[in-house]
Amino acid sequence: MNPEIFEELRQIVGSDNVLTEKEDLIPYGFDGTAAIKEPAACVVFASSSEQISQVLKLARRGKTPVVTRGSGTGLSGGSVPVKEGIVLCLVKMEEILEIDAANLTMLCEAGVITKAIDDAAAPLGLFYPPDPGSMKISTIGGNVANNSGGLRGLKYGVTRDYVMGIEVVLADGSICWLGSKCVKDVAGYSMKDLFIGSEGTLGIITKVLLKLLPRPKAKKTLLATYDSMENAARTVSKIIENQIIPCTLEFLDRRTCQCVEDFAKVGLPTEAEAVVLMETDGYPAVVEEEAEKMAAIARENGALNVEVARDESHALKLASARRSAFAALARIRPTTILEDVTVPRSKLPDIVKFIEQMAAEHQLEIATFGHFGDGNVHPTFLTNERDEAEMVKVEAAMEAIFEHTIKLGGTITGEHGVGLAKKRFLPEQFDEGSMELLRQVKKALDPEGLLNPGKIFDPA
Amino acid sequence: MSNLRYLGELDYSVVQQCMHCGMCLPSCPTYLETKRERNSPRGRIALMRSIADGDLEVTKEFGEEMYYCLGCLACTTACPAGVNYPELFENARAEVEEAGVMDNPQRRFWRWLTLRQLFAKPWMLRLAGSALRFYQISGLCWLVRTLKLTAVLPKNLRELEPTTPTVRARFSDALIHATEKPENPRYRVGMLTGCVQDLVFSDVNRDTVDVLLANGCTVITPREQGCCGSLHAHNGDLEQAKIQARRMLDQFDLEKLDAVITNAAGCGSHLKHFGHLLAEDADYAERAEAWDRKARDISEWLVEIGFRIPVAAIGAGETRCTYHEACHLCHGQGISAQPRAVLAAIPGLELAELKDATHCCGSAGIYNITQPEQAGKLQREKVDNIIATGAEMVATANPGCHLQIENGLGKRIPVRHPVSLLADAYRAEDR
Repeated sequence: MNPEIFEELRQIVGSDNVLTEKEDLIPYGFDGTAAIKEPAACVVFASSSEQISQVLKLARRGKTPVVTRGSGTGLSGGSVPVKEGIVLCLVKMEEILEIDAANLTMLCEAGVITKAIDDAAAPLGLFYPPDPGSMKISTIGGNVANNSGGLRGLKYGVTRDYVMGIEVVLADGSICWLGSKCVKDVAGYSMKDLFIGSEGTLGIITKVLLKLLPRPKAKKTLLATYDSMENAARTVSKIIENQIIPCTLEFLDRRTCQCVEDFAKVGLPTEAEAVVLMETDGYPAVVEEEAEKMAAIARENGALNVEVARDESHALKLASARRSAFAALARIRPTTILEDVTVPRSKLPDIVKFIEQMAAEHQLEIATFGHFGDGNVHPTFLTNERDEAEMVKVEAAMEAIFEHTIKLGGTITGEHGVGLAKKRFLPEQFDEGSMELLRQVKKALDPEGLLNPGKIFDPA
Repeated sequence: MSNLRYLGELDYSVVQQCMHCGMCLPSCPTYLETKRERNSPRGRIALMRSIADGDLEVTKEFGEEMYYCLGCLACTTACPAGVNYPELFENARAEVEEAGVMDNPQRRFWRWLTLRQLFAKPWMLRLAGSALRFYQISGLCWLVRTLKLTAVLPKNLRELEPTTPTVRARFSDALIHATEKPENPRYRVGMLTGCVQDLVFSDVNRDTVDVLLANGCTVITPREQGCCGSLHAHNGDLEQAKIQARRMLDQFDLEKLDAVITNAAGCGSHLKHFGHLLAEDADYAERAEAWDRKARDISEWLVEIGFRIPVAAIGAGETRCTYHEACHLCHGQGISAQPRAVLAAIPGLELAELKDATHCCGSAGIYNITQPEQAGKLQREKVDNIIATGAEMVATANPGCHLQIENGLGKRIPVRHPVSLLADAYRAEDR
């Protein structure tokens, strides 16, 4: 990269906020995705939309690519640097600008930590539901850019359902506000929705206006243990069939349970074939009734044991243990490759079975956990990136799983995004017309292809 | 790779264990301070991996980064993947020393004096302790401070001089017999007197022995024990750490002991891993393994054997007490519930939970000497949280934290070791 640009960047953001030394850059060469690396050429910390605007104008002059990054916990390589590009890091934009209790909204900068949002809402009796696994450190900007999900998706939806407005800096440096505090707002195209889930390829999200909900008054957490995945899946179907929509219906297979228990020590059964973590929240009387019904349904469908969390702190521990599942699986083998396929709810037993089949057929170790309630599963390959022969098998199994998912009417990614890891498979899910639409939108908003180029799909 | 004595020799799977999920970031005091990845656990591991892969030389920048890390190990508690950060960190610092990238005459002198002299030779440490004691009680200290003679010292030492801990009149060997027996012995344990603990908190050692006796333990305390090597291992001198470990093993007749007891978290977190440290040593490997199985923190041991609940209160009325978790107890050894169990058992003591109890106080071995600015910030946060509890007393189980918090609090709130409070309660029974 041309060192002259460093000097200009320093003038925009201050010399402390431009990193160019090798020791500073190496730790920005990856995100939370396994086996995807690319060295960063320079890292810039911005502290305002105006600075970002100037950085983008500068980048445009020199045709320098810009990759936006939050805390780098992404799971599809979306924030991995691109060659000779600037890594624009927003973690220093971490101010909550306004909580509007009358309109139930919160305005914050893009670098605010997801958990800090709910923590700030809680004292006012308010609630920000999306809770991705990395919420203790992920940034809201990153969540919006990837439309992150979480454990509560079944009842509360995903990040998109809470975004009422965004401020975005476009590739030419212009700063736009999209959306409003109004519950109803149909003025113009719903442009904010274009940027939600755009993975930093269309613009840089700098502020987010979020919708908050009243905090549920009560919550009950249950843990059901099974000796077969089929029984666990049937329980979930029956619960929904009985018109109960719990906020959480998570499952973990045996391997995952063992790893999570090894880390978190919360008393998860390690010999059961499947464990389902259920949580219902809302009015105390309803919660009580739903919890009893769910426990009964679980027992009727072959649960070996149904345990109710002792108290709030036990419930919290169980949920946060579940959130650690992905990283805890890294205890087994050197490389942990996490997938994110999602199918219509009714097809869930099918995909789980297929994943088991693939593991057996290719002699691989695949642990599976995920969100039973919304059909989003995380088959996790426990492997070693240095073992080339095994990696070939991993690729083959992964391809087959994607193919099968698409056949079932599913999607290759439910909540992690396409990034680099899944872009090869996107054309299998999208027809050519849809792919072309993506390319045209990209071209309209980023004609020179400088914003996170090569992510989601290759430049035309 | 071959010229890397430590990071190159390390089993690659230890480096590979980090899958850079980022879960460690919010637990790391230095990352929270700077928001830079290189100041985070996964960033540091990425640098170590680059060195092991041959993509990065051992540079001065790398050395500075390894010494900016507190070694508080909060990341190991946060890490779902079970990365062995202590091993990575110790090897990285050793690699830095091996490469000499931080070397300068002054640093070399201080490292030689502390690691290879004072903390390598028990007699020398005690001699230095006695000299310091003379300085502190003879009026010399008063004279030096009044005449501002400390002006000749380097800046960071000058600032530290007023915080120098007061050395005890009598060290552990004068307070504890080589063998002490209870009336009805149930267990036989070895007692580690430590180095700083021995000079500055020999009373805590006496309290520990008293509590052990009150719980049916025969206590064997070898004379002039010296440092267990934790200070050396944490500061990149793994070779000397091995020498210290061997010396420690030589002093105890392990087969005749049920446990080896330490009351200093920093020591405990190191000396439970002698097996790994001496794995290549044919003469000591087996004994070191046995040692690891027997090494116990005092509160861990007390809960394990079901310690006797005291019946007398430690004072008139309730004393509100809060508990600071030493990093090397909660993160280094996973011991969190046991010291609380000890405190909760003491009549007359009301336990008030401390906000961010597991956050580092900034002592971190000698971090407060090498990185005074960051250490000061952490100390202030800790002190503010302590004051906010309204506690009249702070309990903590590590000499470094003890001094750091005591210095931060001034004389406002006394700092005690949980075992000392338990000893007080047992003693109150006889009154």
